[in-house]
Amino acid sequence: MEHRLETPIDKEKLKALRAGDMVYLSGTVYTARDAAHKRMMESIDKGEPLPFPLEGSVIYYVGPTPEAPGQVIGAAGPTTSGRMDAYSPRLLDLGQPVMIGKGLRSPAVIEAIVRNGAVYLAAMGGAGAVMSASVTNAEVICWEDLGCEAVRRLTVKDMPLTVAVDSYGGNIYESGPAAYLASLKGGK
Amino acid sequence: MRTITAQQISDAVAALCVRANKELPEDIVRAMRFAAAEEPWPLAKSTLGVLCENIDAAAERNLPVCQDTGLACVFAELGQDVHIEGDFTQAVNEGVRRGYAEGYLRKSVVCDPLRRVNTGDNSPAAITVELVPGDELKLTVIPKGFGSENMSRLAMLKPADGVEGVKRFVVETVQAAGSNPCPPIVVGVGIGGTFDKAAALAKHALLRPIDQPNADPYYAALEKELLEAINALGTGPQGFGGRTTALGLNIETMPTHVAGLPVAVNISCHVTRRASVVL
Ligand code: SF4
Repeated sequence: MEHRLETPIDKEKLKALRAGDMVYLSGTVYTARDAAHKRMMESIDKGEPLPFPLEGSVIYYVGPTPEAPGQVIGAAGPTTSGRMDAYSPRLLDLGQPVMIGKGLRSPAVIEAIVRNGAVYLAAMGGAGAVMSASVTNAEVICWEDLGCEAVRRLTVKDMPLTVAVDSYGGNIYESGPAAYLASLKGGK
Repeated sequence: MRTITAQQISDAVAALCVRANKELPEDIVRAMRFAAAEEPWPLAKSTLGVLCENIDAAAERNLPVCQDTGLACVFAELGQDVHIEGDFTQAVNEGVRRGYAEGYLRKSVVCDPLRRVNTGDNSPAAITVELVPGDELKLTVIPKGFGSENMSRLAMLKPADGVEGVKRFVVETVQAAGSNPCPPIVVGVGIGGTFDKAAALAKHALLRPIDQPNADPYYAALEKELLEAINALGTGPQGFGGRTTALGLNIETMPTHVAGLPVAVNISCHVTRRASVVL
């Protein structure tokens, strides 16, 4: 199945997504990796404002290459999501509905996804140039000192993504390989 | 005696850093297109299709293939009859600095493993020098991403574990890596030597094109067998399921002690980069 999603995210729309479906995302996406997540936790602890609203927003785990003159953004594929596992449940519980990254999540994150009706989308790991092509605007909005890890606001058009964990806990990293192996046993 | 200057080395390394990050080696591109054509599982096939598109998009848009432009691993085969004018290590690091700045590549190196401050210019490189006969200097740059590097492992097996133990360790390492190293992966295996040499062999195995089997038929057969075992795991491209979990697997070996069987597995991704030049 293919879906189109727009920001701000309406959680009702996430209910139709199933692990393995394709999603084309358009709108605003915020970038944050390890260091930015750590600072966001500190801000929440201190009751300080965050760089962007959590409700309805999309977080993309990416540290792009620097843009050359004339480019909107450099190569911009996802980084390994597992490193954000310690922080994600808290953000999801505060209403943050969509995460984009690559690779497996912890059981705690998957539980938080189900509890909140959120989704985890996978961007193509190592497809830095293709992902870059869907970004039409990029600006650093916070924590510029973090370099490639600074928080950026991206405007994206039809960003190609795969539903990795759906709002019911369906997980392509488990169901995908299992279905392929079952197809071999079934004699195709 | 031939003289090669530090300047020549810096210029060469800078150019190699940029080229390696924007153009994948021919053997890897061929293997990707072949896998995309042959993959039987639909989601895996479309996933490989996007990854092939990415190779083309990088060339068209003059972008790095992947945003993790890696830690620069520099291999030098240095002819014994070469005299280097200037400081070799500084020359290589200067080349890395320039290449990563001029190529708009990402600076992903921290100056200390625990205190973690970014060096800001992607230096220093991880340099390996090998002395060889002759009066030439061959430089190879492998920008190594850490999504895959982090999934690498080493084991000191017992001689009694034998080839079966080696196979089990390699396949288990790939299975445990799952989706993290951006499959389809390329696997470098080092067998023998000492603790440190096994790891170096595994990294060295990534220097050899994946369509070039080990010269020893015994190990060529083992490479083929292990690749088939990995591609029966079902992990598939990106870990979404499918046949193509690995594009290639190379083994390098060396003599070892009567009491030991070191094995190292260095995992690389579909963005397995390498670029060489001979000075
Ligand atoms: S593992 Fe390879 S393809 Fe994946 S992000 Fe790192 S360098 Fe890129």
